[in-house]
Amino acid sequence: MARSLKKSHAAGWGNLPGFAPTMGYTLLCLLVVVLVPLSTLFFKAATLTLDEFVGAVAAPRVLASYRVTFGAALLAAVTNAFFGVIVAWTLVRYRFPGRRILDALVDLPFALPTAVAGITLAGIFASNGWLGKVLEPLGVKVAFTPVGIWLAMVFIGLPFVVRTVQPVLQEFDREAEEAAACLGGNRWQICTRVVFPLMFPAVLTGFTLAFARAVGEYGSIVFIAGNMPMVSEITPLLIITKLEQYDYAGATAVAVVMLLVSFMLLLVLNLLQKWSRRYAEQ
Amino acid sequence: MRSNDMNSSHYPGVFRVQKAGALAEPLPVRLLLVAGTVLFLTLFLLLPLGALFSEALSKGWQEYRAALLEPDALSAMRLTLVTAVICVPFNLFFGIVASWCTAKFTFPGKSLLVTLIDLPFSVSPVVSGLVYVLVFGQQGWLGPWLQAHDIKIIFAVPGIVLATVFVTFPSVARELIPLMEAQGREEEEAALTLGAGGLQTFFRVTLPNVKWGLLYGVILCNARAMGEFGAVSVVSGHVRGATNTVPLQVEILYNEYNFVAAFAVASVLALLALVSLALKTFTEWKMRQLQKAGA
Repeated sequence: MARSLKKSHAAGWGNLPGFAPTMGYTLLCLLVVVLVPLSTLFFKAATLTLDEFVGAVAAPRVLASYRVTFGAALLAAVTNAFFGVIVAWTLVRYRFPGRRILDALVDLPFALPTAVAGITLAGIFASNGWLGKVLEPLGVKVAFTPVGIWLAMVFIGLPFVVRTVQPVLQEFDREAEEAAACLGGNRWQICTRVVFPLMFPAVLTGFTLAFARAVGEYGSIVFIAGNMPMVSEITPLLIITKLEQYDYAGATAVAVVMLLVSFMLLLVLNLLQKWSRRYAEQ
Repeated sequence: MRSNDMNSSHYPGVFRVQKAGALAEPLPVRLLLVAGTVLFLTLFLLLPLGALFSEALSKGWQEYRAALLEPDALSAMRLTLVTAVICVPFNLFFGIVASWCTAKFTFPGKSLLVTLIDLPFSVSPVVSGLVYVLVFGQQGWLGPWLQAHDIKIIFAVPGIVLATVFVTFPSVARELIPLMEAQGREEEEAALTLGAGGLQTFFRVTLPNVKWGLLYGVILCNARAMGEFGAVSVVSGHVRGATNTVPLQVEILYNEYNFVAAFAVASVLALLALVSLALKTFTEWKMRQLQKAGA
């Protein structure tokens, strides 16, 4: 009896070998590479008094940088959600020449180093650049303004919505559309009442991913932003500026705020994932 | 799966005649959507690529070649290669080990572990660099000890490698874990029952099953390692010819208004990105083939 109990317990853990050593190595790496270094941020921030901390994270220049960063990231994520749905829809549902190449290129912002994207975008929208030449006489200044920040954020966030919506559309059961058609719905009704609601969780997930990425982004933005304090200075740049002035405590305090925002977004994403799984089962 | 195509030939003729209008958008809408997609992707993807290469070659091949063979550029390429050569195998090994214990076993706290492994992807690159300065920098935890033993990590090559390892940490694991989970464990159990050893089972059964996913993760990890800018920028001292990776070299050249050289060096990274994309598309195609064959 005791033996069979022991055996079934072992089976519950799996009779495959190597759990203990692989788990040990995984935890060790995770601690040394990720958790211990990240925890130093909180230990360093804890050496500040509350007043010092608030003074560092709520100074006017820092608050202005949050406004610029989160505002531009929000607008960029909205832009990405809108165009991302159109791109995903078109790539999945229609056939046209060049589709496969465009499909593969959607991941370019993931693969292209951010500094390369940054100087390229700055080059295109500078006053002598390909598009800057056209836009500037019209009174539209993109490079070295907050508009440039938004543009760079749209670029780096571009794949997220497309890549989360695409698989949903691919696996989409067209029978639901057929059924709606049999019931006499027209195309617009079918899209708004059947297709869009099914796409919605994926769009929201992609939106959040794009927003999270844009908030933390540094390399592709600094070249095109102009980096004017109070106007076009993003929070990650402010951390670097503080570091260069040897203001380690100030840099850490702002970094803690950024990290907490990342954690919150991660939590939102996990909840979204659970929700969309339940949503899909319904 | 991809060939979930629009032509309604799967559908009975009745539908096509009577309800085609309800199952497909009207032609003008279709054209508008395709035009919007092509325009948006051209503006954000093709135009930058074109501008990048045209700027790099604007003074001719001679200048382009000269910019790439410049000693500082070459030393930056060497450092980037060294970083990737250390970083990719480390994260590859970690990814394999981590996915074995998380995908083939059940234990409490599993989803927390997966979230923690994924964490570096959600942290701003600048914050990732900063935490290493706080650990190894002069005023950091280990700073005094390192200084006493004359070991330099921050503003030196080890710092660059460490920051890159952090930033690329989840790349292989996050590709392998879902794949290994989907494979299940029956095949491994069968191999063990037939008398194979643990490692033998892993190399003969598990690894061949996930090799394309593994390659996919390695490609992403390598592209990220060679291109990382924010984190590396914080921990590198920006010393030309010593602690400059290729992306940092691009920044320096650009800030010196040496645009041709900056774009020339950047074009190498862009080519690398395009090759990575091509390889990635190929492995995705391979994985789909296998899935189809298995189904």
